[in-house]
Amino acid sequence: MTELLELSAARAAELVRAGEVSAGELFALYRDRARADELNAFLWVADETPDPPAADAPLGGVPLAVKDLFCVEGVPSMAASRILEGYRPPYTATAVERLVSAGAPVLGKTNMDEFAMGSSNENSGFGPVRNPWDRDRVPGGSSGGSAAAVAAGLAPWAIGTDTGGSIRQPASLCGIVGMKPTYGAVSRYGMIAFASSLDQCGPLTRDVTDAALLLKHMVGRDRCDSTSLEFPEPIELPTEERLDGVRFGVPPELTGEGVEAGVREVFDRTVALVEELGGTVEEIALPHSPHGIAAYYVLAPAEASANLARYDGVRYGPRARNGDLLSLYEETRANGFGAEVKRRIMLGTYALSSGYYEAYYGRAQRVRTKIADDFRNAFQRVDLVLTPTSPTVAFKLGERVHDPLAMYLSDYCTVPMPLAGIPAISIPGGLSEGLPVGIQVAGPAFSENRILTAAFALEQAIGFERRPFDDV
Amino acid sequence: MSGELSTILDHIEKIGELDLEGVAPTSHVIEVENVLRPDEPRPSIPRERALEQAPDTVEGGFRVPSPGT
Repeated sequence: MTELLELSAARAAELVRAGEVSAGELFALYRDRARADELNAFLWVADETPDPPAADAPLGGVPLAVKDLFCVEGVPSMAASRILEGYRPPYTATAVERLVSAGAPVLGKTNMDEFAMGSSNENSGFGPVRNPWDRDRVPGGSSGGSAAAVAAGLAPWAIGTDTGGSIRQPASLCGIVGMKPTYGAVSRYGMIAFASSLDQCGPLTRDVTDAALLLKHMVGRDRCDSTSLEFPEPIELPTEERLDGVRFGVPPELTGEGVEAGVREVFDRTVALVEELGGTVEEIALPHSPHGIAAYYVLAPAEASANLARYDGVRYGPRARNGDLLSLYEETRANGFGAEVKRRIMLGTYALSSGYYEAYYGRAQRVRTKIADDFRNAFQRVDLVLTPTSPTVAFKLGERVHDPLAMYLSDYCTVPMPLAGIPAISIPGGLSEGLPVGIQVAGPAFSENRILTAAFALEQAIGFERRPFDDV
Repeated sequence: MSGELSTILDHIEKIGELDLEGVAPTSHVIEVENVLRPDEPRPSIPRERALEQAPDTVEGGFRVPSPGT
């Protein structure tokens, strides 16, 4: 059994297809581990064993942990919010549907910050998730349950969503791989909306090959999401171990001030590795990136305030049952939404209100243009941009709960990419004070294959030793 | 809550420092063209199924208390 647990998802899929490993045994192993979860990573675990995968199913029956933000037919899908407690959707999100059809059955639903709003998982309506590296620390967020589950070997792989860093930052804090694809690469249908112009779903995995394999079966146009696009080329599994001729840009704006010393050290070592592997490194300028957080905290709450208007106790979820219609709305929301969600709805409605719209929303949209232009200029000279993923290692539970701005700044290095719509990956670069440090590689729109190839080469050279899985 | 919101708004005010004269706003970040498709009806989730999760229903619809006067 232990041997099965050690297999990467891609390798396990291969062995199932070769008839050397039973998909049923694999599912049972992870179901038992997920059920014994002490990290609060799972909100629901499957009890029925799925039918064996088709003989040629590319994902070989390797079970998938799914962030609670995705609708899965008949399965609790609550965005970790009390306002959707007990909700079981009548349909399944396209991304999940595609992965299930490719042979990855749903293992369980993972905990997260409520409606994906947060960077520590402490905003879940169902309690915080603990980081397997140090249970007194946060796993990051908002896809903290998915990241912790993969890092602790409770799931072979997982999917999450990223609006300002919600895949990459928890991947960084938990020492795993997480990728946010190009905006539109993966359908958002059935993914509970937070900020629709930024939200993208992507893989959280043990290694880069697993991320490529999962992403390969997620991308593509979907008639149910008009912003989804046909991916211009198939996603390939990376094999190249050198970086000869690959030009990396390092922006001082995202690598200097605010990045703690231990993170900077791991980052500098990675830069040296790039050169050893035959790549080149030069300084590039992303002058508007320091304004990313400010622009993001106008745009994302503004979009969220519109998207979350539907949770009013009329169509789904628990309903407060006193008095007239207005008090039904008010009480349902007062009881159902957590503090951070309320904060963002207030920020968003304020930013969109008459008289303030141009000063906030209008300006933030223009900052977004400047941030995207900065990247366009950089990619004239370099192929990829290299930064730390998170300015710090995993912080202590409770440390930033009462300081929302400090919490928001956790996404300082990851926010510019979704604002520009471009893809980026986080891979483990090493340890600082015994905790994982993530390295971020970003590229132009639709450069997923280029990013995965470079991340794979770096991964081989770094040789990160993941945390040994606990027995359960 | 109000203290926290003020701290956040103070940070957001930073975008006021930038010169954004003549910069076009971005609402959709990837360049795409509008795509049309034939308007063909296809099956949707049956009404009963869509109503299953509602806290209260009546005559094939969502039931709510009177909005008052």
